[in-house]
Amino acid sequence: MSPRIVEVRRNVLAKNDALAARLRRTFAAAGTCVISLVASPGAGKTALLAETLRSLRSRRRAAAVVGDLATENDAARLRESGAPVRQITTGTVCHLDAEMVGRALEGWDLASLDCLFIENVGNLVCPAAYDLGEDVRAVLLSVTEGEDKPLKYPVIFNGADLAVITKTDLIGPAGYDEALARRYLDAVRPGLEVLRVSAKTGEGMPAWLARVEAALVQKRTAGLRA
Amino acid sequence: MHELSLAMSLVDLAAGCAREAAGAGTGGGRVEAVHVRIGALTGVDGDALRFAFDAASDGTPLAGARLVVEHVPVAVFCGGCGAERTLDEPFRLRCPVCGAPAARVVRGREIELAALEVSEIVSAHR
Repeated sequence: MSPRIVEVRRNVLAKNDALAARLRRTFAAAGTCVISLVASPGAGKTALLAETLRSLRSRRRAAAVVGDLATENDAARLRESGAPVRQITTGTVCHLDAEMVGRALEGWDLASLDCLFIENVGNLVCPAAYDLGEDVRAVLLSVTEGEDKPLKYPVIFNGADLAVITKTDLIGPAGYDEALARRYLDAVRPGLEVLRVSAKTGEGMPAWLARVEAALVQKRTAGLRA
Repeated sequence: MHELSLAMSLVDLAAGCAREAAGAGTGGGRVEAVHVRIGALTGVDGDALRFAFDAASDGTPLAGARLVVEHVPVAVFCGGCGAERTLDEPFRLRCPVCGAPAARVVRGREIELAALEVSEIVSAHR
């Protein structure tokens, strides 16, 4: 007898999406703004985050969770800012998912936080598919990686809310063509907001921090309206 | 790389759906094939997913089932044209007719379990 077709039409990532939606409700209830950082390994996620946490310390209550396959190195580095930080070690998994983030947040009083940063595993491919319940997903591309990262890894750039060009202090030595990089970004995601920073020299940090602040205020305002 | 994680989610979901179908009397036999729809904007590779699916389904009720992948091209809604457009090149999100930035992605982000092919129950139990 011929096989029978059973129509299903269900999202394979439904479980992650449901967990992410639950996280989003929790963050909304707590009024916590959540910003995730995705980038390739070595793009400067931790350096930018360390500077961000340090700058926010005096005026905002910020915390971070950071994902890596192994080691607590990034968490240790970020804790120097004085902010609460938790490390997620994924073992072999190449991305964070909503369940890992939810588990990492257990026992944290989110209402006491204005802002939570999630640093994803260094990877420009896999994190794209997994919603973490964040308000803003920022994708970082460093000048040392070359201009054409957006063309090579379009999916992650396409799904981001914001792109941040990092290590701008190396533009000269690397012979980086920033205008070209911006054209490539615009090709894969027309109109994408682009910032530029050097965590080392502080160039561009005020604009980045203003963007973080804007996201935070927007979240707070939305919470008050709800 | 994340195809293995996806394949594991897919096996869980498909096994659950096969059980539901069996309970509803619309299935109940062996799952012969699993049909999925993968959007071009997901970055999921069909061959890698098939390979991962074989590994992830081993030792489950889905072991031996074929994975059939349907690729879904990217479709956008162009505000300028007021029309839906399918893109030949998935990663340049501009209207192929007027060149305006695409207002909205209509299709191409799906990772969907579309259907199961289930063999009829050979030994009727009534």
